[in-house]
Amino acid sequence: MISLPLFAAFALMTAFAALAVLWPLSRVRATRAARDADLAVYRDQLAEIARDAKSGRLPKAEAEAARIEVARRMLAADAAREGAAAEDPGRAKWRRRAAAVFAMVFVPAFAAGLYGVLGNPAIPGAPLAERLAAVPDRSDVAILVRRVEEHLQKTPNDGQGYEILAPIYLRLGRPEDAARAYAEAIRILGPSAMRHSARGEALVVASDGLVTADAARAFADALALDPDEPRAAYFLGLAAEQDGRKEDAARIWGQLLARAPADAPFRPLVVAALARVGGAAPAAPAAAGPGPGAADVAAAASMSTDERNAMVRGMVARLAARLESEPNDIDGWLRLVRAYGVLGDRDKATEALKTARAAFKDNAEALGRLDAAEKELAPRAGSGDKG
Amino acid sequence: MIAEMGQYALALAFALSLAQVVLPAWGARRGDPVLMGAAGPIALALFCFITFAFSLLVQLYVTSDFTVVNVAENSHSQMPLIYKITSTWGNHEGSMLLWVFVLAFFGALVAVFGANLPDRLKALVLSVQGAVAAAFLSFILFTSNPFARLVPPPAEGRDLNPILQDPGLAIHPPLLYLGYVGLSISFAFAIAALIEGRIDAAWARWVRPWTLAAWIFLTLGIAMGSYWAYYELGWGGWWFWDPVENASLMPWLAATALLHSAVVMEKRDALKVWTILLAILAFSLSLVGTFLVRSGVLTSVHAFATDPARGVFILAILTFFIAGGLTLFALRASELKQGGLFAPISREGALVLNNLFLTAATAAVLVGTLYPLALEALTGAKITVGPPYFNLAFGGLMVPLVFAMPFGPLLAWKRGDLMGVAQRLMLAAALAVVAAVVIAAATTGGPVLAPLAVGLAVFIMLGALTDIAERAGLGRVTARVALARLAGVPRSGYGTAIAHFGVGVCLLGIVCESGWSLEKIASVKLGDTVTIGARTLTLDRLENRTGANFRARTAVFSIREDGAPQGTIEASRRMFAARQMATTEAGIRTFGLSQLYVSMGEESPDGHISMRATYKPFVTLIWLGAVVMALGGALSLADRRLRVGAPALAVQPDEVLGDPVLESRARAISAELRCMVCQNQSIDDSDAPLAKDLRLIVRERLKAGDSDAQVMEFMVARYGEFVLLRPVMSWRNALLWAAPVLVLALGALAAVFGLKRRRAAAPQRLSADEEARFKTLLAEGEGHPPEGR
Repeated sequence: MISLPLFAAFALMTAFAALAVLWPLSRVRATRAARDADLAVYRDQLAEIARDAKSGRLPKAEAEAARIEVARRMLAADAAREGAAAEDPGRAKWRRRAAAVFAMVFVPAFAAGLYGVLGNPAIPGAPLAERLAAVPDRSDVAILVRRVEEHLQKTPNDGQGYEILAPIYLRLGRPEDAARAYAEAIRILGPSAMRHSARGEALVVASDGLVTADAARAFADALALDPDEPRAAYFLGLAAEQDGRKEDAARIWGQLLARAPADAPFRPLVVAALARVGGAAPAAPAAAGPGPGAADVAAAASMSTDERNAMVRGMVARLAARLESEPNDIDGWLRLVRAYGVLGDRDKATEALKTARAAFKDNAEALGRLDAAEKELAPRAGSGDKG
Repeated sequence: MIAEMGQYALALAFALSLAQVVLPAWGARRGDPVLMGAAGPIALALFCFITFAFSLLVQLYVTSDFTVVNVAENSHSQMPLIYKITSTWGNHEGSMLLWVFVLAFFGALVAVFGANLPDRLKALVLSVQGAVAAAFLSFILFTSNPFARLVPPPAEGRDLNPILQDPGLAIHPPLLYLGYVGLSISFAFAIAALIEGRIDAAWARWVRPWTLAAWIFLTLGIAMGSYWAYYELGWGGWWFWDPVENASLMPWLAATALLHSAVVMEKRDALKVWTILLAILAFSLSLVGTFLVRSGVLTSVHAFATDPARGVFILAILTFFIAGGLTLFALRASELKQGGLFAPISREGALVLNNLFLTAATAAVLVGTLYPLALEALTGAKITVGPPYFNLAFGGLMVPLVFAMPFGPLLAWKRGDLMGVAQRLMLAAALAVVAAVVIAAATTGGPVLAPLAVGLAVFIMLGALTDIAERAGLGRVTARVALARLAGVPRSGYGTAIAHFGVGVCLLGIVCESGWSLEKIASVKLGDTVTIGARTLTLDRLENRTGANFRARTAVFSIREDGAPQGTIEASRRMFAARQMATTEAGIRTFGLSQLYVSMGEESPDGHISMRATYKPFVTLIWLGAVVMALGGALSLADRRLRVGAPALAVQPDEVLGDPVLESRARAISAELRCMVCQNQSIDDSDAPLAKDLRLIVRERLKAGDSDAQVMEFMVARYGEFVLLRPVMSWRNALLWAAPVLVLALGALAAVFGLKRRRAAAPQRLSADEEARFKTLLAEGEGHPPEGR
């Protein structure tokens, strides 16, 4: 909604614009006909010729010829006198009324209509200094990030800071920065499988899904530290697929599925990837977990939309139940929020967000991820609410 | 709130611009003084709203409000305040707003200072102006909205293009826009006159000051842009024949021609049709420039916004105004009555000659710029039209023009005495010959023609002085009378002489810079010394420096002349983190009118840096000349009678061949070859990797014993004709080479026939009756003060 001061400013501007058109319509002004304007110029030219002739810069004969020429121009201008048509005063009055209506109706209506299409009155202005001075709240993730960045510039050996920042960068669509932050975390805190593979993922996102040589090296480093790191294995499989080594990809993903627990959240992704390269998923160890097993996914593919929705709802309900007993699973919460979003259940999504925020109220990273998830929920509609 | 107010102000401005089109035109059609009188106040209100919107945008930049897309994309909170302000127009959207701001500014000027104009003309002029404003406001609002919002806002902007982070951005675009857009007034006057169907000598007097003002700004804007490119792009070139530079040069040439033909129209009531056409063309060419920069049809340093949708929109605006203007011209031109008569050898004749050559030069630049585009569209063949073509075609047209320049002002109106004028110029010519001979004897090296060109420059400058001396009658009358006459010469007379003098100064600078520059390319480490001319440069220090939003690596050299220290010179490379872009900051020291120019290239791991040092004799005269021209224009404008109315371093040291003869051949060949990934840069000037490869190929072929022609053939065979900067003379390119000559020939024919028809005797005396009416008209004016007092 448009705020009162803004509305007042618009009204004032509109009034000024309308008046600028109305005011001259109410004035009686002295007119300047073309004939008089022309004659004035020619008189001036004659004076100039006379001056030049007098000071000797112009020979007499030339001056006389020039004088005759200008004189002829004057006579011509006089002859071309416009017929000052004595107009019916009623018509003039009508015309001025039409112009006044134009000023009072067209100008405001046109501008307001155009603004209605282009304007965003609900978005408040936010100068950077004001945002930096504001009490830190979680609605402005970019500023929170900036604060951490400034802090890191002062204490460049705070590895924890980089570790917190990196996933947020990724979520904000700054994968290069995320990769750099993970590299810093590795430098300061030492290597770990998780850090290497997260850095690799950031590099993959940065190059639009392509597993570059640099990223592949990061994943290899991760697997050297922990052969069971699933993300690294998944992306190395992807690298093999992108290189055209389908058998390698199928082998890597097959092994990954074989080792993964039945409720591993990444299972459907890997199963789908495996299907792409023509591999068959090995049976999940035990299909009792809350995540969809390979069989579930395969079944889902052959269901109708309603059946599929029912199945998804069932899984979501299981996830929600699990989170009630183990609320410390941030990935689980995020999955839940997104699932509600996909199902179009905004109220439940908001409620889940609230519960999750309460559970993670001391964890800035988790809160940042929740904020991001909230934004994803409503890419457009949510933005205006803050105004 | 600020952004939204700006948005609404623009919407209101658009509505007002429509009112400015409709109401005055309606009033003019019906002869209603009240509606015609609304034009002025509406134009002023339009100016207020656009000023308001523009200052709000500046405010958004200053406070780094990243909820505005435009600010987030082109600003950075760590930039110094001055660059925060200038980045407002360092991007497409903001620069278009500046464009419209200047347009509204000129409209407001006409509203305020146009009191001497007849009602109807003023109303129509402002109506046409309003139409241009409406077209560009709709362009801004619908394709390039500077107030578009961004949610959620980022915490930092993406920074201004580092090349633009320079004081030059504060001056160059505003000046250039004042020039480009100022020409819209001349255009509006021409269209208004055509609508009215009445064009006379008085019209020329009213339109001249506006054209003159635009011309002054355009001159300064182009000169400033040239100097900026010279010191910022890092290889010391001051003119690339880049399409966008050409786009600014064309309106300048047309405006120069317009200024001169308007003089003829004002004094002699002749050349009316031609003057109107020029006024339309001058603004059309500045619109073409806008189109070329914004549409992405050409790539260039300046093309910062390339979006096909915008290109189509601008093309539509362009077509509407140019085609509309020319159609109106075609319909109405035949109704215009021809005015004063004159002989071919006369002041008018000289001005016609001036127009002929300037028009041909404009055509040469236009054809050269658009030919590759047209040829590619028609035949698919890719060729390059580069500096060698322009230097030959443009230079070839300019030499006769500037040679004739001193003659023009000395010729009498209507019928001149060429022999008499030649006699009066004897002294200037003799001194010019002496200068050429002295230069030829005193210098070694440099092109053979350079001393002659110096002679020409001296002739122009002395010719301008001769003009003033002649007006005073120096040598023919006593000193006291001469002095009195000198004081009586109108300011516009001095303006002409000074502007012509400036052309000579500029030419002198160009000749000296291109003829006698000294260059040294070397790889140096700390303590190494390089000799250039009489001076030596020693690398004293290499430093790391930090700016607000960049890190710099700076090389500090100490300068010595004959062992005497002359201070230091610093060249550096800056790295901007936000855009991951590097810029080269050349070190420049001015000695008298000459400059020492040092730029640094890559630093190798063993501590060597590559550097290029150039000594450019009298190079500053190029820009000083332009300033002098503008000064002449300003003086003329002040006449109260008128008041009525990126590449860093190219050739790397390790490429240089040991054999100096072979190396100089390699350099000559390289200058003719194009770097295919850059715009109109020779491979010698470009530091793109491709250019380096090409340079190495040239040197390899030369070492293998190829002749120059064989090397060229090899390159064309391998890369196609596209690689040549000077298009070959072939049937396909016949039109390109013929165009300037053709325009010149056609123009000359038209002029000769035109003059033949109207060669006539002295004007008929006034009859007794006419004399009486004339006296009455004169007397009628006694009541009013004459115009302009």
